[in-house]
Amino acid sequence: MTVAAWAWLVLLAPLAGSLIIAAGFRVLSKRAAGWIGTAAIGVAFIAAIGTLLSLLDLPAENGGREVVSTAWQYAAAGPFDIELNILVDPLSVFMCLVVTGCSTLIHLYSVSYMTSDQGFNRYFSYLNFFVFSMLLLVLAGNFVLLVVGWAFVGFASYALISFWYRRSTATAAGMKAFVINVIGDIGLVLAAFLIFREFGSANYLDVYHGAHDTLSLNSGVGIAICALLLVGAFAKSAQLPLHTWLPDAMEGPTPVSSLIHAATMVTAGVYLIARSWPLFEMTPTMADISAIIGLATLTVAATIALVVTDLKRIIAYSTMSQIGYMVVGVSIGAYTAGLFHLMTHAFFKALLFMAAGSIIGAMAGLQNIDRMSGMRRALPFTTLMLIIGALALAGFPGTSGFFSKDEIISVALERGGFYTIFAIGGYIVAFLTAFYSFRIGFRVVAGRPCDEARELEQGHLAHAEHVNPATGEPEDTDVGFPGSEHHIAEREMPMKIAMSLLAVGAIFGGVLQIPGVSHVLETFFEPTFEGSHLFHIVPSASSAWVGLAIGAVISIAGIALAWYCYVARPGVTLKLRDRFSGIHNFLQHAWYFNELIDLLVYRPLIATGRFCNRFIERFIVDGIVVAATSAVRGVSGAVRQAQSGLLRAYALLVVAGVVALGLYFLLVAGS
Amino acid sequence: MAIEWYLVLSALLFATGVAGVLIRRSPLVILLCLELMLNASTLALIAFSRMHGTEDGHIYAIVVMVVAACEVVVGLGLIVAMYKRRIPIDVDEARRLEG
Amino acid sequence: MVEVAFFAGAIGALASAIAVVVLKNPFFSVLALILHLVSMAGLFLLLHAEFVAAAQVVVYAGAVMVLYVFVTAYVGNVDEPLADHIRGQRPLAILFAAALFIEISVAILGTGLKALGQEGPVVDPGFGTPEAIGELFLDRFLLVFELASILLLVAAVGAILLAGRRDKRSDRAAGQGPAAATADDPSVANAGGDR
Repeated sequence: MTVAAWAWLVLLAPLAGSLIIAAGFRVLSKRAAGWIGTAAIGVAFIAAIGTLLSLLDLPAENGGREVVSTAWQYAAAGPFDIELNILVDPLSVFMCLVVTGCSTLIHLYSVSYMTSDQGFNRYFSYLNFFVFSMLLLVLAGNFVLLVVGWAFVGFASYALISFWYRRSTATAAGMKAFVINVIGDIGLVLAAFLIFREFGSANYLDVYHGAHDTLSLNSGVGIAICALLLVGAFAKSAQLPLHTWLPDAMEGPTPVSSLIHAATMVTAGVYLIARSWPLFEMTPTMADISAIIGLATLTVAATIALVVTDLKRIIAYSTMSQIGYMVVGVSIGAYTAGLFHLMTHAFFKALLFMAAGSIIGAMAGLQNIDRMSGMRRALPFTTLMLIIGALALAGFPGTSGFFSKDEIISVALERGGFYTIFAIGGYIVAFLTAFYSFRIGFRVVAGRPCDEARELEQGHLAHAEHVNPATGEPEDTDVGFPGSEHHIAEREMPMKIAMSLLAVGAIFGGVLQIPGVSHVLETFFEPTFEGSHLFHIVPSASSAWVGLAIGAVISIAGIALAWYCYVARPGVTLKLRDRFSGIHNFLQHAWYFNELIDLLVYRPLIATGRFCNRFIERFIVDGIVVAATSAVRGVSGAVRQAQSGLLRAYALLVVAGVVALGLYFLLVAGS
Repeated sequence: MAIEWYLVLSALLFATGVAGVLIRRSPLVILLCLELMLNASTLALIAFSRMHGTEDGHIYAIVVMVVAACEVVVGLGLIVAMYKRRIPIDVDEARRLEG
Repeated sequence: MVEVAFFAGAIGALASAIAVVVLKNPFFSVLALILHLVSMAGLFLLLHAEFVAAAQVVVYAGAVMVLYVFVTAYVGNVDEPLADHIRGQRPLAILFAAALFIEISVAILGTGLKALGQEGPVVDPGFGTPEAIGELFLDRFLLVFELASILLLVAAVGAILLAGRRDKRSDRAAGQGPAAATADDPSVANAGGDR
């Protein structure tokens, strides 16, 4: 089959799955819906592999591997001509593989994890729809279709965060995510408008091939376009200051957090910046600003992950931090490294979330790590998976995370000068990352078993009252709330398979880009980044290995410190917390970002709205309307006097009319 | 006498009938004033017929008389029906259609 | 001689017309109208309309007015109040009636029709006789004649339906009836309706 045919299959299989499940929502059994959903994504993954293989058959130079396939004309009016087309090139195929690969495994995981949920079919339909939207986003061949995919993804995220719609915290989180996403959408749409105005076309190839000629270096328009693209990217990828939705998004089911908020949706911003590299290379100012924001985010998020106690939230902040790395990567020109980190992060973060799901299941829905300890004997498999994921996150030498993260830092060092700051910041936060990864790791698996763990060692899965983990409100298990049963990986084969495959990727994924040994991805991405002067900044093998060595030391040091704090001398961190309670509080409240936004954005808007309501609405708008109605009423009241109902009055009017008529005729006849 | 004397007289009688219809409140008397108006027009018809020299006007006048008779019959029937139902015999009482 | 007759008839008609409008007692108004009809018959005779004059007296004054007399007697004499509670009704009514009269007079007197100023053509003695009228009815105005008859029939049937005897049986058969369906006895000398 041709590349285009494979690509359309990739795109349409999840859509078909979503529609089939939605149509048969009430009649399909849970098993059927689950397998249809998983199979649809499985088909998409196989098709993605097919696309890859057929793309590799094409010659690499002269745009041979940039295939555009048009379905039909989407909108045409005057100079405006948008087609429904997809662009299949190395970057989009790479994203498709990552998305479909992770999605298949997460669907598999969900089949067991969500078994007892009453909204099972709806879940799979939404999840398939999400995958379709994400694929649409990465396969889009022009900015208009990108916006469509972007918006669909935002919707899917909202639908899945508030999946347990009877939980008030979940719906509030869903709305928060959606509103912030919309702000990003506005940025993206405005950028698309500007692009269309500047380039006369919204197609990627026209824009990107023409960027060098149309835009001058750091031109005003270029800065505007890039700034707006960044607004969109940062909203979707939860970078400062549009990041406050991501921790709250953990209200959704754990597989959702794993798919959307670790592996796929939040990487859309990184994809966008990488895709628009011609625009960013023509406006280095914005690229630098983007990198700075990425650095800020990765630092802030890592510090918060040191203190929060909700297991999923720690992982969420960790995601935010790692995406900061990716943003830094693609902003400073380390495209291969940034995208490589995207892939490895997808593996180990999804794995971490899956392990977290299993642990939370064992704790009967509890998510607070203060209550968890000593799960290693009760959950052996999960423990192994958790440790593998934590090692990859921490960048332990040999894991995939090690190679990808440190490559970004070594490119930063290679560029030198101003960019050294990214390297230094990257190393410091790598230390913090290693520490908090094993904060999770050691707190959960080491130490004396907690009550739930002990119960599980006896073979009995703990039960608890069904409550909202955040507020403690009681819930039932009907549709709109989580199901009655909890599932752990040890007992469910699908969960085991999914987690194992991800673990293999997390450990061995690094072989794709070992400096000086293999550069599979670099060669692969060559066609997409043809013409870029930053793409080819590759550190020499020796400097790369020095960087890797530093990274290895830092990661082991972090793990060692975590061992000291949580295994050798438990209680040290509590003393630290008491001594530095001010800092602890600040970090605990996530640097007070929510409060800041409340003060700067929310309150002024509400005040404006109230003012408008009280004055403009009441006096001006209502005034006009009421004046009009009372005028009409007054006139009609006056006229109504004539309707007295009295026969003689009417007769009088009749005679008066006749007299008047006669007078008229006399006058006419006389003149 | 010239024809126009009859016509002016007929106009005067007609005006008197109109005044009566508008002024009186008893439906009975209103019907009587309607008879006045009809008679005035009959007079005018006869006068014009005399002017033309044909009897067409007379035919018309007889038909007017027939119509007047029918109308009187129906109107008086209404008044009798009203009286039987103890509705006051006063046109000002019937004003339910006021706005 | 003709003028005297004309003025006698005219004054009689006018005076009785005014009497119809002005008199408060409806019975007197009825009588005034009878007088009016007779005066009009005289005027018709002056205009050579013999048959119409006779019909006027026999049919109109004789039959129709008798109907009036019966109903007035049945309904009873109700004196109207002096004041009019519709504001300005009386002055306005007189005003408009006067205006109407003036307009029609102006139209008649100012007309270009010269024939109006004369007495009319000389007519043969057969003018206005029953024979002439009968011939016309059955000749040129046959349709009119038939329609007039049908109209009379309809009116007669209608009158019976309107004021027919309603005893309790026909009320129940009709499915409805006035709440106070006891006004069957005409001899109840109620003072008409309440105000």
